[in-house]
Amino acid sequence: MTTGKVFKYGDNVDTDVIIPARYLNAPDPAELAKHCMEDIDADYVDRVRPGDIIVGGANFGCGSSREHAPIAIRASGASCVIAASFARIFYRNAINIGFPILECPEAAASIGDGDTVSVNFDTGEIVDETTGRRFQATALPPFIGRIVENGGLLPYLRARMEREAK
Amino acid sequence: MGMTMTQKILAAHAGLERVKAGDLIEAKLDIVLGNDVTTPVAIDVFEKAGFERVFDPEKIVITLDHYTPCKDIKSAQLCKRARDFARIQGVTHFYDVGAVGIEHALLPEQGIVGPGDCVVGADSHTCTYGALGAFSTGVGSTDMAAGMASGENWFRVPSAIRVTLKGKLQPYVSGKDVILHLIGMIGVDGALYKSLEFAGEGVASLSMDDRFTIANMAIEAGGKNGIFPVDERTLEYVRDRFHRPVKVYEADPDAEYEREVVIDLDRLRPTVALPHLPSNTRTVDEAAGIPIQQVVIGSCTNGRISDLRAAATILKGRHVAEGVRCIVIPATQRVYLQCVEEGLSQVFIEAGCAVSTPTCGPCLGGHMGCLADGERAVATTNRNFVGRMGHVKSEVILASPTVAAASAVRGCVASPELL
Repeated sequence: MTTGKVFKYGDNVDTDVIIPARYLNAPDPAELAKHCMEDIDADYVDRVRPGDIIVGGANFGCGSSREHAPIAIRASGASCVIAASFARIFYRNAINIGFPILECPEAAASIGDGDTVSVNFDTGEIVDETTGRRFQATALPPFIGRIVENGGLLPYLRARMEREAK
Repeated sequence: MGMTMTQKILAAHAGLERVKAGDLIEAKLDIVLGNDVTTPVAIDVFEKAGFERVFDPEKIVITLDHYTPCKDIKSAQLCKRARDFARIQGVTHFYDVGAVGIEHALLPEQGIVGPGDCVVGADSHTCTYGALGAFSTGVGSTDMAAGMASGENWFRVPSAIRVTLKGKLQPYVSGKDVILHLIGMIGVDGALYKSLEFAGEGVASLSMDDRFTIANMAIEAGGKNGIFPVDERTLEYVRDRFHRPVKVYEADPDAEYEREVVIDLDRLRPTVALPHLPSNTRTVDEAAGIPIQQVVIGSCTNGRISDLRAAATILKGRHVAEGVRCIVIPATQRVYLQCVEEGLSQVFIEAGCAVSTPTCGPCLGGHMGCLADGERAVATTNRNFVGRMGHVKSEVILASPTVAAASAVRGCVASPELL
């Protein structure tokens, strides 16, 4: 469960604006966080507070495969991303590092910039506290849910490989 | 219901008789790739999870191609990290400065990937190898780490769009124009989570370099992969370079496609994509005259020998316009050497171009040609997002090598036909 203020962006938020390539030479999460969303919203880093929520439109996270993008968002303090749809590599990367993302076109369309929103990660329920509207995000497939429950792909893989070795 | 070409390759690598769109599977990998930006992050993840050895050092490829020759101390540290890991793990296919080329030109050229393979790379343009009839897709660093540890990755089996190519390419029209036109038709998320399966009589007229360019930009339509059928031209390309058994997969006649898109190559015009999305396409005629300050000819999309030959035919005996910088970057050492041997390097230098050692450099605003506030470039690269090549207020227009070369000569977006 998380509650936070919304930073709302449009369609096709690409990984170059989430974390520009000029900062990829220093992949430490805290360093990346200093430049998160810099080329789409220069004020984001100064305004974001722990637990805040990024809401995007269609195809969020398109472009480069840089895992630095969800790493930067998480390190900036954001608790999750809600979008109408996610570009597939960003989707994988977020799942693989155990960072919550919620696909929900209705929420993405309705929620406004600056709204206060609550998210229940167990049920996928999204509540816009500012307007009172409720939304249901698409459930994660069970296999992907297990990766997230294990804290990401590598812990999941390690547990599985150890199980198979026995 | 039958399977698409992609579905057949995934089924074979998952040890399954059949798969269908939406299935979640774990598939064995033939090659796991990373570069100097993504590999260090993957190594961190790999080591943090307690893994010690890669599953097979002959199936890992590490290319130091993005910020090399190292642009600053931080990138030198990243390269050192990747280099040390490659040495300790005994990675067979490790490419450092002097041998490295841009990964997606290098791997096919060196015969590291081939038809029927299942390949992941921690770089979004890994979809390039679909040109060879492989399943090949971009992933992140954690996926690379998982691939290095286990030799497997998880996939959601994609549905597909069939792209039927009719006719044949006309003069000054290339693979770049085909893929830009397609992205303009279906949008930057038009193939989200899906395969783009190319088919039709028009495929035969496409050179391998055209096919690499087209498959390379499948990701710019959101695609999981782009894939071409294997034909005589493919087999000829891999004959003396790819030394594992060639496995040819064909889509079933009753394979299911979500939709079909038809492109008539006979009628296709040279196409450009204006800022700030690859789908913002115009014909070169519509965009002609937009002033520019820089041209970049190179990248994993268009840095192969036929791209540079095409650019040289335009630049030969001409000169880059006053106020324009033209940067030419052969994608691999072999391509660079071919440029020298064929006299292309001399053509470029005499035309006033800077010719560089292979690097991804300017494509991602890394180095070797970043743009300033308010500047605009025509580039043969693959992305024109906000700030992609430098300053947040700079602009990139995507184009083919001949359009880029003609634009360099004219100082504005220009058609090669009018020179």
